[in-house]
This record gives sequence, C-alpha cells and structure tokens, in this order.
Amino acid sequence: MVNTNLPADLLKEWYYRMLMIRRFEEKINEKFLAGEIPGFVHLYIGEEATGVGVCSALRKTDYITSTHRGHGHTLAKGADVKRCMAELYGRKTGYCKGKGGSMHIADFSIGMLGANGVVGGGFNLAVGAALAVQLRKGDQVAVCFFGDGASNRGTFHEALNMASVWKLPAVFVCENNQWASTTPLHEATAVTDIALRASSYAMPSTIVDGNDVFAVYEAAVEAIERARQGGGPTLVECKTYRIKGHFVGDPEQYRTREEVISQLEENDPLKNFLIRVQSEQLLGEQELVAIEEQVAAEIEEAVRFAETSPYPDPEEAFDDVYVEEVS
Amino acid sequence: MRNLSFSQATLEAMQEEMRRDERVFIMGEDIAKQGGIFGQFQGLPKEFGYERVRDTPISETALVGAGIGAALAGAVPVIDMHFADFIGVTMDEVLNQMAKMRYMFGGQATLPLVLRAPDGVTQSAAAQHSQSLEAWFLHIPGIKVVIPSNPADAKGLLKAAIRDPNPVIYFEHKNLFRKVGPVPDGDYLTPIGKAAVVRDGQDVTIVSYSAMLGACLEAADQLSRQHGIEAEVIDLRTIVPMDLETIYTSVKKTHRLVIAHEAVKTGGVGGEIAASVSENIIEYLDAPIIRVGAAFTPVPFSPPLEKRVIPQVEQIVEAVRKARW
Repeated sequence: MVNTNLPADLLKEWYYRMLMIRRFEEKINEKFLAGEIPGFVHLYIGEEATGVGVCSALRKTDYITSTHRGHGHTLAKGADVKRCMAELYGRKTGYCKGKGGSMHIADFSIGMLGANGVVGGGFNLAVGAALAVQLRKGDQVAVCFFGDGASNRGTFHEALNMASVWKLPAVFVCENNQWASTTPLHEATAVTDIALRASSYAMPSTIVDGNDVFAVYEAAVEAIERARQGGGPTLVECKTYRIKGHFVGDPEQYRTREEVISQLEENDPLKNFLIRVQSEQLLGEQELVAIEEQVAAEIEEAVRFAETSPYPDPEEAFDDVYVEEVS
Repeated sequence: MRNLSFSQATLEAMQEEMRRDERVFIMGEDIAKQGGIFGQFQGLPKEFGYERVRDTPISETALVGAGIGAALAGAVPVIDMHFADFIGVTMDEVLNQMAKMRYMFGGQATLPLVLRAPDGVTQSAAAQHSQSLEAWFLHIPGIKVVIPSNPADAKGLLKAAIRDPNPVIYFEHKNLFRKVGPVPDGDYLTPIGKAAVVRDGQDVTIVSYSAMLGACLEAADQLSRQHGIEAEVIDLRTIVPMDLETIYTSVKKTHRLVIAHEAVKTGGVGGEIAASVSENIIEYLDAPIIRVGAAFTPVPFSPPLEKRVIPQVEQIVEAVRKARW
C-alpha cells in the first residue's frame, strides 16, 4: 500500500476524472451502437487509473501524446467533456471542429497534442516536444502514453534512444493492457514486461499495477520529477487490462467472456479505488455521491450539447489544410 | 549583389534566420561536426552551438517525428534528411503526422517545420541516393514543396520556408551545391508559390525546376542558334502550391508546352501540369504537350547507364522540335 497521506482534493479529482471517463465511454458505446456516432471508436474502459494517475501528477502546461484510444487521456488531462462529446459526434463545436473525431481528438490549450490513429505515432512527437522544452530551457515535461502493441514499432526504439541520449524531459507510460488489437501480448511480444526494454536505452523503469491509481500516481510523480529536474526520461509500465473489445462492435472472438469477467471482478480500477477509500475512510459517502451526481449531470449535458450542436458547413472541409497567409 | 555558391547561399539563409529567431534550430545526421556532406552547414555550430546545430542518431523516423513534436511545442525546426531518398524511412511521420496535424486537429496545430532534402543524380550515387521524389508530396495535401534552381532562390526560398507557418519540404539538388551565381545583398525572401519566367520567348514554353532548369536553358540557347526557335523558360521554383497562372499566361502566348524534370516521367509533376493545362486552356494549344523525364527504371550506377536514363539537353531539344509539329 502506498500514499496514505494524500490530500482529499486529489482523491476527489481522481474519482471525478476516472468516473467521468468511464461514463463518457459507456455513453459513447451506447450512442455508437445506436448509429449516432460515426467512425472508428476505441474505448478506454478498464484503463482509467493510468491516464488519471499520470495526468493528475502533471501541470496544465505539460504535454501529453496519446493513442488511438485517446478519449481517456484527453479527459484525464482536463479537457471539456462537452467539446469532446461534440467532436465524436462530428459537430462544429468539437475540439477539432469535426475534422478529427475519436481517433484525432486533441486539446492543445492544455498540452494534449492529439490522439493518434497510427499505433506508435506518439513516441517521437513527445520526444520533439521535450526537445523544444529543453532547447528553450523550460521546465515542462512531455508524457507519451502508448500500449504494449506500440512497443513493437520501430518508433519506440528510435524515440527512447533519442530521449535517453539527450536526457530529454520525457516520460514514456506503457499501458500494457495485454492485447494488441486482437493479438495477445505473448504471441507478439518477446518480453512479458515492456519495462525490460528500457535497459537497452540506459533508462530507468518501473512496473506498477495500472489498475491502482495510487500506485500509478506515485510512479508518475517520481518519473515526472526526474524529468523536470533534468534527470532524463523514465519508462513507467502500467499493467492493466482492456475490458472492452479493440473497437466498438468488435465481436471479440479471440478471448473468452470469462477472461473479461474475471478481470472486471479483480482489476476494475474504479472498483479498486472505491474499496480502498471506503475501507480506509479516505472519502465520505456523501463526497462520493456528490461526484457521481456531478459526473452524471455533466455527461447528460455533454450529450445534449453535442446533439444540439450543428454539423460543420460542408465548405469548412477546405479550412485548415494550411495556415492561411496573413497579408 | 555578389557571387555565392548554392551551398553558401543556404548557409547564409540559416545564419540569418537563426540570428533573427532563437526558436530556429537545425538537426540531422553528420551536420554539426562534419559540416554536412556538401559543406552546407560549415561553421554553423561555432556561432550557434551544438544544441541548436545538432548531430542526431541515425534515426530518420525520430528525426522527423521529433521535429514535428518540437514544432507543435513552439520551436521552429529545420531537419536535414541527409539524402532525400531517406524520407522513405520516415514516410509515416511525413504522410500521417506532419501533413495531417493542422487539419485533423481543426486548426489547433501549427507546424513551422522545414525538411531539407538533398535530391537528384550526382556522381554515380546509384539507386538509393539519386532520386527526385517531389511528385510524392504533390499528392499529399498539407505540405508545401519548394525546389530552387540557383543560389539566389536557394537562399530566398530557404528563408521563406523557415518563416512559413506550414511544413515545407525543401528539395536541394546535390549537383547544384557547388553552382555559383549572383545573390542579392541583405535580407530578402523568394515568395513560395511563385514561378519565375527566366527566359523570354514566343515559340514554345518550357517548364522546369531544380538542376534540370540549367539543361533547359542550354537547350533554349541551342534551339535559338540552330533552329531559330525562341523558347520561354519557366522556373517553377515551388511545386506546392503550384503557380499554374504563370504557366497559363506563357502557354497562351506560345501555344506549345514542354515540361522537363529529372524525376521519373511516369506519375511526375509534368503530368499534373499537362493535365491542368489541358483541362483549363486546351483551346490555346497548337500541339501535344510533351513531357521529358527520367526513364521508368531505378537510377543505375555505371556512368553510361546513369546518363542513359536521366534527361539530357538533346532530349529537351528533341521534345521542343516535336512540340513544333
């Protein structure tokens, strides 16, 4: 057990953000299956503790890069749920004015440099953001979220080597959810622990229970602090599990229902959190209920906002290909 | 006005832009300590240090990807690709990240990034170090592509590319680095998206760019001396956005068009120009449009083989005579 002296506000923020992500994803699942949301959608259910644990240790001005499974990271970094919802609905009021959707959601105003439709696409972007910070002698940190599958991309190798040799203020957070799309970890990856790979780059690494927000937070604080102080990058591996299919609508023929149910029973980060705060009396029942009500209201409001927002004008398809010339 | 080599002109551009804007930095393989394979970075680290003039691991994907990330986070990176051919190594970063980010994030991202890509045939460098790949990027919305043919434009276009808030690929032909020519004094920009009429004529329009422009000017002199044909020669200078208006204006006058580039003819920039002219001003044409480009082979090693597949002055002369039917 770790972190018993954390401020109640931090615990409340964790619960608020993890629950927000869970309810957001459940709503997206429902609306996608109802045909109201277009595109490809990948849900973050079951992995909430990693995004929230890490992002709650960051400043608003720090950077994150994300994956194709990016709604959770976006909300964890503090994005507006209404504009997230509107983007997934393809509406003009969305973060990307309806140009990105689920796989390209981004909020640059809080340093969220975009979900990325290419697996392993975020590594080098985080390295570059960290390099820009180092060049201007700033104190920001860039965090790259990635999955176990992405660690088999060449970008992983190039990015981790470059970050380490230049001692960049970066943190690489592996969300090892055991599944690379439909392929299990052991079939596609030569190591069980992605953290082992850090030794190739002379990079410190750590493995934590990714379903325990307390543990993720503690590891993140240490890695982020090291990066901020000029100590270079860290690889933090969070062991977690992808509760839902690879995408909404995935028939999931590659795993058993029993596997998923047992994971939900044992390793649900929200459930784990509630058990801990209740057994240790870290938050009161009323505080928890108040958060649940607030999240429910915000999700309802976000759906209303998205559904009543206009689609972009078709002519807007021609905007933002380039920065318009200022003359 | 003084005479500088193409290489010195690009160096001046880098020096001036790095003095002007401290966000500008350059990174690439063997650029800082070695000074670049064509001497184009000689002395830069002395003035700006090894942080802003940075040797990198042999990691082209990280080089471009980190350039993009740095641009997103407020820096102005210039990335040296060593050889344009190596863009192939990092194509996902170019195609799916660099070109798309501004658009797919709804205008939130700004990428003031320059990829310097030494291209073209030189010294029997063979198949993997000799290509001209500009047409690839004509096909990808979101990137600008410039391609100077002389020292003055080399400087002006590089400065303009660095100041442009969009990602720009700057192709610099390896055979041009030693070419000497007049370069204006002081701070000037060559506008991106503007072609230049470099030789006036009324009988035929020849459109070209980069090193092939020199061959076209030689061909035009020959045509004038030996055949009494006066060719108007246009230096395209920018591939994206393409200055079709300058081409149309010239073709409306000459009624004949030849396009010459060192890149493979099939699927090349010439095809796009020919199609646009046909779609828009075909009524002005008195003859078929003729394209001159490299043969549909990889670039071979042995000098006589290399010469056989790359367009020569005689082929441009021949093409113009064909367009004069």
